[in-house]
Amino acid sequence: MKIVVCIKQVPDTNEVKLDPVTNTLIREGVPSIINHDDKSGIEAALKLKEQVGGEVVVVCMGPKQADVALREALAMGCDKAMLVSAREFGGSDTYATAKIIAAALRKIGYDLVITGRQAIDGDTAQVGPQIAENLGIPQVSYVEGVEVLNESTLLVQRQYEDRYHMIEVKMPCLLTALTELGEPRYMTVKGIVEAYRQEIEVMDYEMLKDDLDIATIGLKGSPTNVYKSFTKQAKGAGTKLTELSPDEAVDAIINALQERHLV
Amino acid sequence: MNFSLSKEHLLQQELFQKFAEKEVKPLAEEMDETEQYSMELLAKLHKAGMMGIPYSMEYGGAGSDYLAYALCMEEVSKHDASTGITISVHTSLACSCIDGFGTEEQKQKFLRPLVDGSKTGCYGLTEPNAGTDAAGQQTKAVLNGDHYIINGTKIFTTNSGFADTFVVFAMTDKSLGTKGISAFVLEREMEGIKVGPNIRRMGIRAASNCEVSYENVIVPVENRLGKEGQGFKIAMKALDGGRIGIAAQAVGIAQGALNEAIKYVKERKQFGKTISSFQNTQFKIADLQTHIDVARLITWQAAVAKDNNEDYGKLAAQAKLFASKMANDVCRECVQLMGGYGYCREYPVERALRDAKITEIYEGTSEAMKMVISGSMKIF
Repeated sequence: MKIVVCIKQVPDTNEVKLDPVTNTLIREGVPSIINHDDKSGIEAALKLKEQVGGEVVVVCMGPKQADVALREALAMGCDKAMLVSAREFGGSDTYATAKIIAAALRKIGYDLVITGRQAIDGDTAQVGPQIAENLGIPQVSYVEGVEVLNESTLLVQRQYEDRYHMIEVKMPCLLTALTELGEPRYMTVKGIVEAYRQEIEVMDYEMLKDDLDIATIGLKGSPTNVYKSFTKQAKGAGTKLTELSPDEAVDAIINALQERHLV
Repeated sequence: MNFSLSKEHLLQQELFQKFAEKEVKPLAEEMDETEQYSMELLAKLHKAGMMGIPYSMEYGGAGSDYLAYALCMEEVSKHDASTGITISVHTSLACSCIDGFGTEEQKQKFLRPLVDGSKTGCYGLTEPNAGTDAAGQQTKAVLNGDHYIINGTKIFTTNSGFADTFVVFAMTDKSLGTKGISAFVLEREMEGIKVGPNIRRMGIRAASNCEVSYENVIVPVENRLGKEGQGFKIAMKALDGGRIGIAAQAVGIAQGALNEAIKYVKERKQFGKTISSFQNTQFKIADLQTHIDVARLITWQAAVAKDNNEDYGKLAAQAKLFASKMANDVCRECVQLMGGYGYCREYPVERALRDAKITEIYEGTSEAMKMVISGSMKIF
């Protein structure tokens, strides 16, 4: 099985500070890490490879410095690393990014594509599903468990707010991974040494241009305009009312709404 | 001259840091209390490749170098010096004797399992009556056809409680003094090896450190490392490299203690403000960090000299001499910065101070380091 894991290099949010004047992220001096969901995606891919054999290719779109993220993935046990990088790709939003990565994936080939659910620096959760749409393959998002049923079918556990779904999905397909999918393994010392002896293949615009429309990539090809950035507010767990009669439940809900001056 | 770590070394440092924080730190206090090293942790160290860092991939090692090994020693020792010495004795004493003096066959048979993660090693040189005077060995190996018969007692053998492979030194010809010592590779299951209980110590209490007696142990001739009489040279060469690891361990113990003290002084309030706002605290911390950084620098210098196949014996001795004293000074000051709480067992600086002391003693005392350094300066 050929598994391709798409990863993103992101600033370590534990170390990030906001500029008090512009309210934007101060990125200078902030260490870069592999996005958490993506790293769990790597772990899932390596486990699947251990079970059924095959190859794990890791792909990252970003500047040249993103090679560190790819080498970390190699040091965890991935077989091959590709950096998708070109001046033409700079400034791409999720729509344009997905077009570029899909073009790269068509070149690389795949039975299974794994992306993270979302990146901690943008929080859109759009790139994975958009790649699947571009490739015209089935997708399952919010994946917290995966196993191989047979050579063409996966059984996938999809997280839902109050339950989970068990979904059979035919390959080739795309999954977006949650951290629940697995605690990423450590790199090994030998893996790091080997990762630095290995060549990171760069896929640039020249290599992908036959499969790309320049009008739909990069800053110019991106339909998104950033209107405002803000920090995510923590969402409470909510209150569950149990063992009430329908009338009591209605009263309790009305009371709660009135207490908050919502009605 | 370049003083910054390469990207490859930085990534290795990141691995050691994460591993130490997630796997070593949570166990350190309990292992110290119970005087028991965790076998699960040992297995994890093997799995991450941290027990074979500077050894060639050809023999199953990680294919890295002594600088990476020093980085590893520092990171684990920040949280637990016992884990430091467990790695150190295995790597730079047991493995290095076989790597440096073993035949191809011996490397395949004995080194490979030690560095590929399957077995753990220990090193038996010190005897109840032969410490710094290592030449005063009483343990004897008598050649008898195709094997030697070894008799004697070794003390303070780190890792011996669980090690599979023992590198042991014994006299093959007492009349020749140091030239009469030979080195052997023994395996735990050999008949006649008796490992005593863990010796109760002041610090590095989680490490396994026992008396080991050898009674008529039959050791095939092919288990002898190097030639007869080469043992002292083999033992000393291993210790030269080992000292880089101990220096790095001392740097780690000190940095770990200082990190804890810094966290504390930022929170602790006296006279209405945090004690970090007093200039006395700030100046003391500035001094301590400077001493740690100096020690780290000479430790890395010794490691890089070894990696570049330059003479490193004097540098390694200087690094160990300086770093071990520094660690004791820094840990004592960290306890002082934290006052009564620093003296309590629930804060790790108390353990760091107890652990630091041994770095001035093992793998050559500070006095022995001064012998090595002055000897290499040819001033007598």
